[in-house]
Amino acid sequence: MLKLIGRGLVAFALVLSAKSYASLEIVITDGVDSARPVAIVPFKFEGNTLPNQRIADIVSADLMRSGKFNPIAVTRMPQQPTNSKEIDYQRWMKQGVEAVVTGTIREVGVNRYAVRFELVDVFKGASGGGSSSAIIGGQLTTGLSHILDARETTISGDQFRQYAHRISDIVYEKLTGERGAFLTKIAYVLVRDKADFKYQLVVADYDGENEQVLLRAKEPLMSPAWSPDGTKLAYVTFEKRQSQIYIQDIYTGRRSILTSFKGINGAPKWSPDGRRMAMVLSKDGNAEVYVMDIATKALTKLTNHRRIDTEPNWSPDGSKLIFSSERGGNPQIYSVNVASGVTERVTFEGEMNLAASYTPDGRGIVMVNRTNGQYNIARMDVESRYLQVLTRTYLDESPSIAPNGSMIIYSTLYGSSQVLALVSMDGRFKARLPAANGRVKSPAWSPFL
Amino acid sequence: MNLNKVLKGLLVAVPVLTLAACSSTDEVAATDANTGANTNQVVEQGLSAEELLRQQLEALRQDNTIYFDFDQSAIRSEFASVLEAHAAFLRARTNITVTVEGHTDARGTPEYNIALGERRGQAVTQYLANLGVAAGQMSVVSYGEEKPAVEGNDESAFSKNRRAVLVY
Repeated sequence: MLKLIGRGLVAFALVLSAKSYASLEIVITDGVDSARPVAIVPFKFEGNTLPNQRIADIVSADLMRSGKFNPIAVTRMPQQPTNSKEIDYQRWMKQGVEAVVTGTIREVGVNRYAVRFELVDVFKGASGGGSSSAIIGGQLTTGLSHILDARETTISGDQFRQYAHRISDIVYEKLTGERGAFLTKIAYVLVRDKADFKYQLVVADYDGENEQVLLRAKEPLMSPAWSPDGTKLAYVTFEKRQSQIYIQDIYTGRRSILTSFKGINGAPKWSPDGRRMAMVLSKDGNAEVYVMDIATKALTKLTNHRRIDTEPNWSPDGSKLIFSSERGGNPQIYSVNVASGVTERVTFEGEMNLAASYTPDGRGIVMVNRTNGQYNIARMDVESRYLQVLTRTYLDESPSIAPNGSMIIYSTLYGSSQVLALVSMDGRFKARLPAANGRVKSPAWSPFL
Repeated sequence: MNLNKVLKGLLVAVPVLTLAACSSTDEVAATDANTGANTNQVVEQGLSAEELLRQQLEALRQDNTIYFDFDQSAIRSEFASVLEAHAAFLRARTNITVTVEGHTDARGTPEYNIALGERRGQAVTQYLANLGVAAGQMSVVSYGEEKPAVEGNDESAFSKNRRAVLVY
């Protein structure tokens, strides 16, 4: 197991070496041994100006981080083929490798590179799946069953990371049948206690690269939430010594105030159609769940109870909100029909359940569960109500689900510092993303971009 | 509690000094005659209405934090005298406003803790209102778990972070 963790670190360190300013790293803590062995062979380079990003390393790190694959180290590869014709299937079979990705990068002009790759099924190839392939116009034209995908695309030097994530998406989808989420982003709040502007709202690629600071503030920043089109974030500030909800365009940086009522302005969550914002306001004296029409700012109050109601989140079809309420004593999850206002209790297990969100398919609810005083991430099956605690970390909070439903990112305590962590939806794969500098909290996974 | 005695003493002194500050030259002279103090000293005393307020606020700020039990917003009886001192000051100084900041420990979720912190702040303003402080002099802002007083993740840190702070 230690060896595996070590390998995970090495894989990521290679990726990081190109851009050392990325503040999030990854330490895989559980689940590599159950992952499927694959091989991403280093892409052969033809040209003079070596690109500063290594596609195979990025794809390997992506696939490892998905929890479903265990890309083998280059040193364990029996050969380094550059295309499917060069693959010696028997040797890869003996290594137990299921699939191999090969590729070449050809410098075709100033800052222009033709990247070609093939994804090959080792077992089908070994059982005589054909010995020739043809790629015409970037598309695979023969019906060779062992070549699962093959493409050629011309990119510029600054598109290597992005295109590597694209390859990861293709490989992941071909091998799992599920859409990949490697081209997504994560928003989070970085707290640097000694900095003048202590609180920063940051957007980065899902792997922590390409960090972009959207806002620096002296007062706390909370609850970043993505618009469904992935162009904006809603969040909460305390700049004016009171909470306010802002909306900020992540590309132009322009921002506008959405609410500034007396009391709490918190927990914004965009509706799936992007037109409405669920939120918590206490303008009438008590924390209640509201829905605001963003264009008209018209408010609909959906809860009315003297105890705390908070943390609304939309069902995938936008018809319901689930929220945390203390109305039964300790906080539990309830749902309210947005049109009719009909409210039902959803969770009954555990001392507390908080911060619930639906999985993208609507069949599960992910939440923070407290049992025996421990706050952990849990998943409940909506139909059977079976609740599974997924993590064993300490003080877990702010779970946010990848748009393909494969993974949950959340905030937890490691040592004495708040860090981000990942857990797969089945709880098997676990990883930690310690920040190099500061505490990290309130992660929000973007939609597909 | 000491704070309370100091404040009561200061509160009694306020009207006297305010008068002194507003007094005409004649009255100042009369005071001089009676006390034998020189004019400079009287002027100094007159200015100290501001100085007194500063001292009162400083004393109040020394003892401005109410602590709470886990997941609770009830005011513990040990904080009655602190809140009485603040209430007495605010009743006497109706032009002064106070912001009550509500805070929680790190357990639970940030959004839930914002609501819990607000409830703690409201418990304090309700207590002060019951002691005769005007609603218009008080406001509540909840920072939830975002601004801990003490770093750390054991009960000793948690207990210091579950608090409401009266800020002038």
